[in-house]
Amino acid sequence: MTDTAWIDAALTSARPQAVGALLRYFRDLDTAEEAFQNASLRALKSWPQNGPPRDPAGWLIMVGRNAAIDDLRRTRRQEPLPEDDAMSDLDDAEEQIAERLDGSHYRDDILRLLFICCHPELPATQQIALALRVVSGLTVKQIARAFLVSDAAMEQRITRAKARVAQASVPFETPGAVERSERLLAVAAMIYLIFNEGYSASGESADIRRPLSEEAIRLARLLLRLFPGEPEIMGLAALLLLQHARSAARFDAVGVLILLEDQDRSLWNQPMIAEGLALIDKAMRHHRSGPYQIQAAIAALHAQAARPEQTDWTQIDLLYGALEVVQPSPVVTLNRAVAVSKARGAQAALDMIEPLAARLSNYFYFFGVRGALLMQLDRFEEARIAFDRAIALANSSTEAAHIRMQLDRLKRDGAANTGH
Amino acid sequence: MLYALLCYHDEDFVGSWSKEQDAAVMAKLAVVQENLAKQGRLGPVARLLPTTAATTLRKGDPPLVIDGPYAETKEQLLGFYLVDCKNLDEAVEVARELGAANPGGAYEIRPVGMFAPGGAFK
Repeated sequence: MTDTAWIDAALTSARPQAVGALLRYFRDLDTAEEAFQNASLRALKSWPQNGPPRDPAGWLIMVGRNAAIDDLRRTRRQEPLPEDDAMSDLDDAEEQIAERLDGSHYRDDILRLLFICCHPELPATQQIALALRVVSGLTVKQIARAFLVSDAAMEQRITRAKARVAQASVPFETPGAVERSERLLAVAAMIYLIFNEGYSASGESADIRRPLSEEAIRLARLLLRLFPGEPEIMGLAALLLLQHARSAARFDAVGVLILLEDQDRSLWNQPMIAEGLALIDKAMRHHRSGPYQIQAAIAALHAQAARPEQTDWTQIDLLYGALEVVQPSPVVTLNRAVAVSKARGAQAALDMIEPLAARLSNYFYFFGVRGALLMQLDRFEEARIAFDRAIALANSSTEAAHIRMQLDRLKRDGAANTGH
Repeated sequence: MLYALLCYHDEDFVGSWSKEQDAAVMAKLAVVQENLAKQGRLGPVARLLPTTAATTLRKGDPPLVIDGPYAETKEQLLGFYLVDCKNLDEAVEVARELGAANPGGAYEIRPVGMFAPGGAFK
């Protein structure tokens, strides 16, 4: 480790708490971020000489707050008419600093910071970009790279998101229990979005975007540390860990997606699986099921099968059934059908997905699954039609390539079949 | 005299290591461990899962199961057990039994991520 690496690490881990507290004082995202930036610069000067402070976040909050107040006072002197409003707000902040630095409310500060990023008016891409910039502290350049857009475009996206957040009324009072749990779920959904930005990438971009998945795991762990008794947050963290554990096995040398049943399971990350399993085990003791826990439990069953044929498909079928109840969606039913095909056969699975045809008529994966089931039932012509439709709907060359492999197999099997 | 060396570090920091960085640190540690093992001086080595995976049993009447690590600072670490359990329920049950035999204090229950049993001491 270099001399300053520990400072970077300390700044990164203190950032959510410090920016969250500074946001509470100044009630303005830009001011809070600038204050944190100033404090970080001072830390880089002071910490190497004096050693790390006992409470880095507390140090950064105090120093950042003072720097920002100095700035505001300086600006005020240059203005002919002082803004009384701004002054009285700052006096309030000063009086309450002792109470705030004891850390007892910092989990609400961090939650608020995350929560303002998931403002419902912000499109998902802006929510994610804002959270990565403000909470995680990634640079615009890093985020732009992960999203495969130019720095300027990302800068604009973040600026727009901030402007929208600034217009919205952000609730600064301590949230009640119901509101807190609503915020928690919104934040959990956003963290899952960040994860999927990394997880759903394929080809060359998979390597570039993987840090997004890792950052999502870091945020999920942070959330879990703040709210250790929330089974859905345990479920979220478990789900991310169990899915991410497979990342080294998910693509071949040229970046084509490898399906779960074809993956080299020795490449799965066992420590991550162990952590995911421990978390889902812990969550289930609460007997308060929810979508993240159920999905994590499904991922856990896959993770526990050393070979694909050892997968407990019956249990997975049941879990998808439970997921259909709490989070009804044709896509969930489609996923369930895959488990059903393994547990109860292709015909049962096909019966299950036929009613979805109208709603999923533009969904690549629906035709991929349908084609595979028809192929298993030796209905080759119908399978071919389904696969052709899937290729037409494919979102990436990887998806199309995968269906072409199926079509090749179909031609082989179909030819062998007519040859008899 | 046997000595237990208890490892403290910032889990955020260690958790942010890439697989390669982690493996590099473990390889360096393995050199030290092998040297001790050759001399018959190394017992079990364990790496615990992060504190987010922890559960704490407060030994009261009745004992209280709390999610998360043991957070109090007014009590001190006095010992530890390694127990093989099918799941967390079993581990909590073991902690309850131990707690009934020796009330007061708490047990933090942490799943073990990596375990090397080590050889017999010379």
